[in-house]
Amino acid sequence: MESLNQKQGLLQTGTNAYLIFKKDLLQEFKTRYALNAIFLFALVTLFAVSFAIGTFNASSDILSALLWIILFFASMSGLSHIFVREEEAHTADTLKLVAKPTEIFLGKLIFNIVLLFMVELLVVPLYVAIMNFTIYHILLLAAALLFGTFGLAGGGTIVAAIIAKSNARGALFTVLAFPILLPVLVTGISVTKNAATEKLFSNPVSELQSLFAFAIVIITAGILLFDFIWNE
Amino acid sequence: MQLIAESITKYFNEHIIFKDIHFAAASGSCLAVLGPNGSGKTTLMRIVSKLLAPTAGTVTFNENGQVLTDTEIRYRIGFLGPYLELYQDLTATENLSFFAKIRGLTDYQPAMNRLLDQFGLKGREEDPVRAYSSGMKQRLKYVFALLHQPDVLFVDEPRSNLDAEGIARVYDLFSEFKKERLLILATNDSEDLQFADERIEIRVAG
Repeated sequence: MESLNQKQGLLQTGTNAYLIFKKDLLQEFKTRYALNAIFLFALVTLFAVSFAIGTFNASSDILSALLWIILFFASMSGLSHIFVREEEAHTADTLKLVAKPTEIFLGKLIFNIVLLFMVELLVVPLYVAIMNFTIYHILLLAAALLFGTFGLAGGGTIVAAIIAKSNARGALFTVLAFPILLPVLVTGISVTKNAATEKLFSNPVSELQSLFAFAIVIITAGILLFDFIWNE
Repeated sequence: MQLIAESITKYFNEHIIFKDIHFAAASGSCLAVLGPNGSGKTTLMRIVSKLLAPTAGTVTFNENGQVLTDTEIRYRIGFLGPYLELYQDLTATENLSFFAKIRGLTDYQPAMNRLLDQFGLKGREEDPVRAYSSGMKQRLKYVFALLHQPDVLFVDEPRSNLDAEGIARVYDLFSEFKKERLLILATNDSEDLQFADERIEIRVAG
């Protein structure tokens, strides 16, 4: 009986998280605030980098680092919007009234993950083409981007929830998120360097494992901590 | 259903809002929270409806001797106030459908249409909330608060932005609602007090 109730509870959490994600997606497609911010930031940075260093001069080390820096700062320009919008529009209490904190966190997390994937789908192929960046192990890069996105979105979502209640929202987000997300950035760059090398220079499995583990830890910590942040 | 608030105290940082507030109220009645601006009426309403945690004290909802959980309370209360907004970019239907589904309602369309009609919003339900006047937004908040047929209704500033016709509709609703359910009003308006069976007056702290 208890396990049946638990199953029903999990199903309800999943359904409500999906409803919150769907609502955010609908709002986003009506306003395109976060989408425009992230896309424009990523594109402007990409073209600025390509003009500054040229397309044939940079080594794979530099190109790998620049790719993740573009993705990181582009995500910083839009991920916080998911909670800031609720606070600024005074809808946070309305949402609090109808949904459990875990449902809200998961709904917002799914939205940020989807948003980042959409940006990566556009930016990564463009970056590879414009910067003449040769990737020898595409699957390895794809795995790094997949796990890295979960880590970036997980950390970004929980930091967004924290800063949404403060006055200096814009400035605080990147400052707080950077140290938390540094492991994703460093490991992502390292795996990408490896993917851009014809013969793998190190075993990428342990790096992918750390990216995956980081994503699991940050998302679990987010679920556990969100209740306190949201209800404060 | 019975609501019991014991020793409710709230501080914001070092600033005391109110201290040791006690009251109880049950279905079939109306409780009015009174007090000058800044006395903490809204804060008390938010605490009692579980939107805000008190610094000290407890709020419990009981039914047939059983204490309701936070999740059960969430399904059983309706709330509207000036600081609680609906999504401006979405239409009234999109807003109401989202909240109905998340509250687990399945066959909510007939009730939604009836309430939209009751509050004079029929025909404007596909407009984005952003395009509504402040009075229409207040009417829509009533529809939002009542759609899931709550057992307890919290209303902060009931007449806010409403015209005479809107106030009449709301007063009809209050008379009907308090017959079997619990109505809690936070107001400074003497006309609203005609519904109050009990009153709590908060004084400005300090």
